[in-house]
Amino acid sequence: MSKPIVATASLAGCFGCHMSILDIDERILTLIDLVEFNKSPIDDIKTFSKTCDIGLIEGGCCNSENVENLRDFRKHCKILISVGECAIMGGLPALRNGIPVKDCFAEAYLNGPTVDPAGGIIPNDPELPIILDRVYPLHEIVKIDAFLPGCPPSAELIWKALTALIEGKPLELTYDLVKFD
Amino acid sequence: MSTKAPLDSLLARHGKDPSGLIEILRDVQAALGSIPPEAVAKIAARLGLSRVDVEGVATFYHFFTARPAGTYAVYLNKNVVAEMKGRAEVARAFEKAAGCRFGETTADGLIGLHETSCIGMNDQEPSALINGVVFTRLTPARVRELVAGMKAGKETGKLVKKTGDGANQSRLVRAMVDNNIRKPGPVILAPFKSGAAVRKAVTWTPEDVVAEIKRSNLLGRGGAGFPTGLKWEFCGREACPPRYVVANADEGEPGTFKDRVILTELPHLLFEGMTIAGYAIGAREGILYLRAEYAYLKPRLEKVLADLRAQKLLGKAIAGKKGFAFDITIKLGAGAYVCGEESALLESAEGKRGAPRPRPPFPVQNGYLGLPTTVNNVETLCAAARILERGAGWFKTLGTPKSAGTKLLSVSGDCRKPGVYEVEFGLTINRLLEMAGGRDAQAVQVGGPSGTCVARGQFERRIGFEDLPTGGSIIVIGPQRDLFDVVRNFMDFFIEESCGWCTACRVGNTLLRQKFEKITSGKGTRQDLKEIEAWGKTIKAMSRCGLGQTSPNPILTTLLNFREKYEARVDATRDYVSTFDLEAAVRDAAAVTGQTLAEARHE
Ligand SMILES: Cc1cc2nc3c(=O)[nH]c(=O)nc-3n(C[C@H](O)[C@H](O)[C@H](O)COP(=O)(O)O)c2cc1C
Ligand code: SF4
Ligand code: SF4
Repeated sequence: MSKPIVATASLAGCFGCHMSILDIDERILTLIDLVEFNKSPIDDIKTFSKTCDIGLIEGGCCNSENVENLRDFRKHCKILISVGECAIMGGLPALRNGIPVKDCFAEAYLNGPTVDPAGGIIPNDPELPIILDRVYPLHEIVKIDAFLPGCPPSAELIWKALTALIEGKPLELTYDLVKFD
Repeated sequence: MSTKAPLDSLLARHGKDPSGLIEILRDVQAALGSIPPEAVAKIAARLGLSRVDVEGVATFYHFFTARPAGTYAVYLNKNVVAEMKGRAEVARAFEKAAGCRFGETTADGLIGLHETSCIGMNDQEPSALINGVVFTRLTPARVRELVAGMKAGKETGKLVKKTGDGANQSRLVRAMVDNNIRKPGPVILAPFKSGAAVRKAVTWTPEDVVAEIKRSNLLGRGGAGFPTGLKWEFCGREACPPRYVVANADEGEPGTFKDRVILTELPHLLFEGMTIAGYAIGAREGILYLRAEYAYLKPRLEKVLADLRAQKLLGKAIAGKKGFAFDITIKLGAGAYVCGEESALLESAEGKRGAPRPRPPFPVQNGYLGLPTTVNNVETLCAAARILERGAGWFKTLGTPKSAGTKLLSVSGDCRKPGVYEVEFGLTINRLLEMAGGRDAQAVQVGGPSGTCVARGQFERRIGFEDLPTGGSIIVIGPQRDLFDVVRNFMDFFIEESCGWCTACRVGNTLLRQKFEKITSGKGTRQDLKEIEAWGKTIKAMSRCGLGQTSPNPILTTLLNFREKYEARVDATRDYVSTFDLEAAVRDAAAVTGQTLAEARHE
């Protein structure tokens, strides 16, 4: 069998979950032997060149581009995984949920303490992604096959999950992997 | 308007004990129409609390508002039976006549329209509280009349046209509430001569009184069904007196109103039950925790207490028994269903937010002010008094082996004779529906939202601890109703009333509600049904108190008993359906920035 192909993306996330992937330390060398990376910030491939076996996504969806990106991943990945709190629940960015977008804009770009006193402007370039009314968890937009909890999920958890998937074994989240304090 | 003078003189009428905080806030709200920040600061300074302590309490209860609630503060019940009885038109009539929407106050501050959870009037819906005065059986025409009266500046009490039956007519009550006693019974709704039980009790030792209650197999009537005798024994055994007796008159479970009828017609029986509990456990003080919605009964209850003192049935040397002193005070709530939960009730009685305590320790060990306390439902205490009077043997001849005695049922909804029925345990739903005139029901909600939704095919099931326990709420759901409307109303109730402590209850119920909407709007899948069941179980397991532990019941019991209704709404051919709508999700932002999806896609 050829090597499983993996793609990853960070949507409305902080890249912390990707850092956690890198935190598997020298096992990254094993991983490279085990899988082939396609679209991912890890190898900087920007567009899908083939169908992937596993897609790992950190971050929820806060704008239109996130949504399109996510749908593109769903189209190209056989198994799609929500990685981390932001992907699963919206995480920190979802703190704005419940506050009207208009008010968020005003606070961030017009009235906030860091806005240039001479006056701010709400970004309106037509080519910018459009902000969504709230931050959405991934599974509300596309079907998600598995969820890896944590902020970020530990390197150990990601490693175990990936190797289980590659070996075709069931994913088991033991207590030590999901105990966070 | 300057709020200074009335605030100072009002505060001066209260002591400096923080346990009086809710009474102070009630007075401030009544006098000023809100609890403004300057009042919070003054109260905090006076009671030696932090501003946040006071604010925490002031924001916890429904009937406290930070913004003016209106010279006439209208609280319209939003319970499901009110919906069945035409609440929507009544609400529209209020909005039209007053000139503001629900959740708002008119520009001149005269009328405020608010929604509230069940106010204990299910047998005479739609109903509302206006400045604490109850208005029942509202119609659009009656609403227009009421609003005209408010605009003419009439006193709220004067807007009551006709008083109800029995003691509702008494000078101290004058409420338009009807008792609707449909079926009296041998234990509670029977003639009772004040003093008959306590005079007998004091000839026995407290241990013998406890033994008699234990022998009667009396189980708590508030819902949980804990053996009353055992509770009293545990409490009496705790070393450090003083101990307390608390009567739970919070009656917040939507659909129950039987304690209202006891408090109206048989308060002396309740007080006698409390006195006997006091004798049994060795307490000198009792507290009646009365829900704010029933504050209209307080003046008369105070009068009954005064009469009992005059008859030496309260106070010192009760019924001639040297050394036996006991008295009762009334504490009012301020609108919060969770305060019916016994440990939340105690917090509230101490003047705090009504957040349930972790248990153990239980109230019998660590109750009011940290002292040993028995908390009992109003009906339980009444039954205890009658057991003392008539004997445990007599009591046990009623009901079934595991559910001795009778139960007061509050029957409402789609039936011809809503009201209170005292029935022996073991009664079938069929028989009850026959009595109440609701035989064509498609379902019966037994035990309120936290109970069970029983389907038509199961109407031979019996009321009792063996099968269908209930605190007394019975809601008949006629064939014309959409059962999902009922479930939705119940879920909204729990979301509204969660105290917010446990994530599972605070967040979980909202997620359940969203999932339920997804399914009922035809966008659900089998997977969603599975998830809703799994989440329901998680919420039950991860919640601290009975509210969260039962909040998924509207969904779980209908999933169990009406599964076909859910199956009919899901798309069995697909394993995933998204409700996400990108066009709709970008609308708000696009309105501000002028962007379009096409351009953002670089098309
Ligand atoms: C959310 C919630 C609300 C409750 N509301 C009431 C109530 O209104 N009246 C009541 O007697 N018991 C209520 N209970 C039950 C009380 O916690 C307690 O079990 C009861 O008052 C004990 O009295 P009993 O043994 O006489 O039934 C409620 C429980 C929960 C969890
Ligand atoms: S889950 Fe935590 S680490 Fe991962 S993207 Fe969100 S904030 Fe960053
Ligand atoms: S279960 Fe709900 S109501 Fe009960 S303590 Fe937890 S959050 Fe509060």
